[in-house]
Amino acid sequence: MTALVNTDPDSASASQAEINAEIAAIETGYLRTGVEETQPRLDYAPYRSSLLRHPTKDLHHADPETIELWAPCFGERDVHRLESDLTIQHNGEPIGERIIVTGRIIDGDGRPVRRQLVEIWQANAGGRYVHKRDQHPAPLDPNFTGVGRCLTDDDGNYRFTTIKPGPYPWKNHHNAWRPAHIHFSLFGTDFTQRMITQMYFPGDPLFGLDPIYQSITDQKARDRLVAAYDHDVTTHEWATGYRWDIVLTGSNRTHFEAEDHDQ
Amino acid sequence: MSTLLTATPGQTIGPFYGYALPFERGNELVPPQTPGAIQFHGMVTDGHGKPVPDVMLEIWQADADGNVAQSAGSLRRDGWTFTGWGRVSTDDEGHFRFSTVEPGPTESGKAPFIAVTVFGRGLLNRLFTRAYVPGEELDDDALLAGLPEDRRATLIAERDEQGLRFDIRLQGDRETVFLRYPGQ
Repeated sequence: MTALVNTDPDSASASQAEINAEIAAIETGYLRTGVEETQPRLDYAPYRSSLLRHPTKDLHHADPETIELWAPCFGERDVHRLESDLTIQHNGEPIGERIIVTGRIIDGDGRPVRRQLVEIWQANAGGRYVHKRDQHPAPLDPNFTGVGRCLTDDDGNYRFTTIKPGPYPWKNHHNAWRPAHIHFSLFGTDFTQRMITQMYFPGDPLFGLDPIYQSITDQKARDRLVAAYDHDVTTHEWATGYRWDIVLTGSNRTHFEAEDHDQ
Repeated sequence: MSTLLTATPGQTIGPFYGYALPFERGNELVPPQTPGAIQFHGMVTDGHGKPVPDVMLEIWQADADGNVAQSAGSLRRDGWTFTGWGRVSTDDEGHFRFSTVEPGPTESGKAPFIAVTVFGRGLLNRLFTRAYVPGEELDDDALLAGLPEDRRATLIAERDEQGLRFDIRLQGDRETVFLRYPGQ
């Protein structure tokens, strides 16, 4: 039985307890099926904005063809080296906890995703985005925009210097708060690997209350979005370090060594 | 294909990507005044048929001769190099518009299409679809042949005076066919 829910995503009418009950009911149902899920559900009512925006028909199987077996190319022309440091984009130092976030991007067969574009965006230390529609009454930081880009290196590694983002309120339900996160936009070697996701920080007390994070019904899959604190990434008297590795879906293209010389 | 590793889950793009991802001339795969340029345009609607104003779309396509571009430079366009890739957000009325060329067949006899990715607040993961160019090659396309007539139509762009029109219906009446590739 599906309960009637208010479909206005900004109504904020449900309580956290009601959202928690919906999340728990879906998780119980998932555990009962015994079929492992690894991606978020598109149809996930506790996230109210999904109600009218998810396809109701099954995704149609497609064997990738020609254009779908390739991905767009990016290079030094597109991304300046300094764009990976979000703390040096203005005249002064941003407020907050300086962090390094680094990791490796590989495909489902373990091949590094080389020389490919990674884009990130995030709230500042107070939980506020520069975006004009963000009305959260936390201060903007004149020294922090919260947008970064880089290209992976020849072994698939990316690295950003930034500020640890704060959690922030949103209007999904009454007293709704998002766990702190950094948005990641990723490309692979194939069009089919394109993805956008969110990286979270270990031990966030808001995980259990957040319908976006919980739309991934499987705990092991949810854990894949949580970075690990890594003291080897932390640098002396400068920044704490987090490591987060990313796996894209398998490539469907036949890979040749010669491609390594293609730039 | 055997995949060894489990893919990292996707998450919604959320409402606040607007100052981060769209970029200047992101929707100009070719400048609009270029000979042969067309507009690839349409509207994105939700389950109530209402326009969706905060969806981000990306397209990836071959050039007019069916060649797959492997040139960098999409983010800082020089107005000359065809990179085959573009990005744009829907406007307040749910419309989107790219300036591009009609893609040619990548192999002789293959039905050409523009590969489309859809991101949005309320979409917990990205959606993939294809916008086929109308033409007789469509009759031999394996993917289209596997769909019932009414669903098939959602993947075929319509020719109009501007170029190609392709509406995306996320849910409900004439819901667009969205795709799942092997390993997903």
